[in-house]
Amino acid sequence: MTGVIDTSAPPSRPARLVDDFAPPLILPGAHQLCAGCGEPAAIRSVVEMIDELGLTARAVGVFGIGCYTSFSPGMDVEVLQALHGRAPSLATGLKRVQPRSIVFTVQGDGDMVNEGLQEVIHTAARGEPVTCIMLNNGVFGETGGHMTATTVIGQRTKNSLEGRDPKKHGYPIRMAEMLAPLDGVAYVARGATNNAGNIFQLRKMLRSALQAQADGLGFTFVEILTMCPTGWFLQTGEAPDYLEDKLQAYHKVGIIKDVSVP
Amino acid sequence: MSLELLEGSEAIARAMISAGCRFFAGYPMTPFTEVLEGMAEHLPDVGGVCVNAESELEAVGMAWGAAAGGVRAATGSVGQGLSLMQESIAELCFARVPMVVLNMARGQGDYYQATRGGGHGDYRTIVLAPADLTEAVELVQLAFHLADKFRNPVMFMGDYYLAHVVEAVDTGPRLFPPLGPKDWALDGSTSGTGKARIVSPIMPTKRDAEVFIEYGDYLEGMSGRMAELVAGVDPLYEQGGCEDAEYVVVAYGTPGRIVRYVVEKMRRDGVKVGFFRPVTLYPFPAEALVAATRSARAVGVYELNAGQMIDDVRLSLSDRPITFIGGISFDDSGFGIAPELTPAKVEQRIIKAMAQARAEMAASAEMAV
Amino acid sequence: MTRESRGTLVIDVERCKGCELCIDACKPGVLSMTTESRNDMGYLYPELEPGCTACRACALICPDFVFQVWKYDEPVAAGEAA
Repeated sequence: MTGVIDTSAPPSRPARLVDDFAPPLILPGAHQLCAGCGEPAAIRSVVEMIDELGLTARAVGVFGIGCYTSFSPGMDVEVLQALHGRAPSLATGLKRVQPRSIVFTVQGDGDMVNEGLQEVIHTAARGEPVTCIMLNNGVFGETGGHMTATTVIGQRTKNSLEGRDPKKHGYPIRMAEMLAPLDGVAYVARGATNNAGNIFQLRKMLRSALQAQADGLGFTFVEILTMCPTGWFLQTGEAPDYLEDKLQAYHKVGIIKDVSVP
Repeated sequence: MSLELLEGSEAIARAMISAGCRFFAGYPMTPFTEVLEGMAEHLPDVGGVCVNAESELEAVGMAWGAAAGGVRAATGSVGQGLSLMQESIAELCFARVPMVVLNMARGQGDYYQATRGGGHGDYRTIVLAPADLTEAVELVQLAFHLADKFRNPVMFMGDYYLAHVVEAVDTGPRLFPPLGPKDWALDGSTSGTGKARIVSPIMPTKRDAEVFIEYGDYLEGMSGRMAELVAGVDPLYEQGGCEDAEYVVVAYGTPGRIVRYVVEKMRRDGVKVGFFRPVTLYPFPAEALVAATRSARAVGVYELNAGQMIDDVRLSLSDRPITFIGGISFDDSGFGIAPELTPAKVEQRIIKAMAQARAEMAASAEMAV
Repeated sequence: MTRESRGTLVIDVERCKGCELCIDACKPGVLSMTTESRNDMGYLYPELEPGCTACRACALICPDFVFQVWKYDEPVAAGEAA
């Protein structure tokens, strides 16, 4: 093909690097996640916003258990690895004794909403100045695609093959909307990694949440809708649209609470 | 040395603060409750933090986070609450996070829970069981030292009596050999340096570490680590009257204190009886027990349960008749007050067991003839 | 038909798992998957045609971090060799 540009080496013309392969805080070969996964884009956005805010030398990530745990040893960021569901209480203890640190948790919907729901609610209500990040793809990805408490109605999973039916499986929990009304909560938003526009917006959300933590405003929460084509039984290229049509229809993207805005 | 008349829970709380504990999280449950009250009251005075956790699961999680931050941290509860914490206690061992866990037991039905643990995987925790407040304020400080030394949770096993008895006690700091800096603890300062730290039960190293340790290899390493722990802890015990005793009674905790009193009285009455009280329940002082029972024809185990520590006595002694002379005993409160635990009743059990041991001995001698 | 290029990419094709997320993410639509060539893992991978705006969309969505994005100091006119 004549129109194809040689992309095997940096350009010979004068140009500046605007985005390196992986951000410096992510180690090479950081993960072994499936093709088309939406989680690496989320993790990348988190660490890049920490870096942009100049908070790197204070940052500690508290990881739950899920596919994203692959990044736990794969980042040049201090990591406290928690049990499934328990990251918010570990974050609480760490932040209380190291108040200058910037503490963020990374949990999936299975980890946060199924296994450890009360942890995040109490941490929010206490107004702990930490940032809880929930990667929400509506499935237990690591077990191979099973129903979680955020799985949307009609979504097929390995243990709801005909699609989530409220009569059998109840209704999904809208996590961001549930936490926002609590008094200790300073910032709540829901973003997504399914297209460039959503990712740019997500990065602003993460920035706001981390800044609010640094400013000591209270508990901050960013939910991130991510693609899981494997757990959704889709071709990788179909997953971004599925996220928009199905997940976003129930879990709306946007800023839900921001106490820094009068 | 300054003695103060204090209730057990208050003394334990003050001693923990003397040991440098600066973070505590707990959920109320009798007889653990008053320790939590003491920590909530006193920790802020020394710049520490006490969090009223919303559950035992969160209490142990918070202490985990604080301990990972390099601070001496503790939590605790009672049987049921500790059951909830088992997953975390196991993983704290894998993650090499030091922590003191108070086990303010009701009765002695939780010996297995404390010494074996109800968690998953190949882990053990050191278990220290004092019999009175003088010992309690020392052992709880030793617990923090051992936790840091071995980077492993250490359980302090108290009971209802220990929590509520009032004694004159010195809760001031005790001296222990110095330990190295916590160069593994987290505060964010190594992020972005190329050598970011990780505290994890599954991945002890970052992927780019000079020596990257895989999960399977890490789990395999647990046997070596646990052996190191057992070898590194001096088993503690108390014994009395064992040199020429024909019968030795083994008991721990507050019942051990009552047995000690009864044996001393019987000795004055001329009965050749001794007592042996394990202080470290894990590692169990097996060698010391063998030495203490050398002259004994039989050994009795008194504990306020259906017979749990007796397993460790059996594992320690292979050539001696071992009889169980304890039993479950609760008043209607269920809090661990044992109507059976009176000197007179304990003495009766010992006298009966000794008579039975003599009779069996005589019968077997006759058979041999 | 070619367009002005304000930027360009280096693509680490050997790390690509062929998920195609970059194809839809690319606003100017100048990325397309190979149809024949495969990398050593056996996956098809993206190729760049003129018209890149160095917007970073491909890099931000890529799960495997295969893109390096460069912005030209001066745009490269349509038809001019990169």
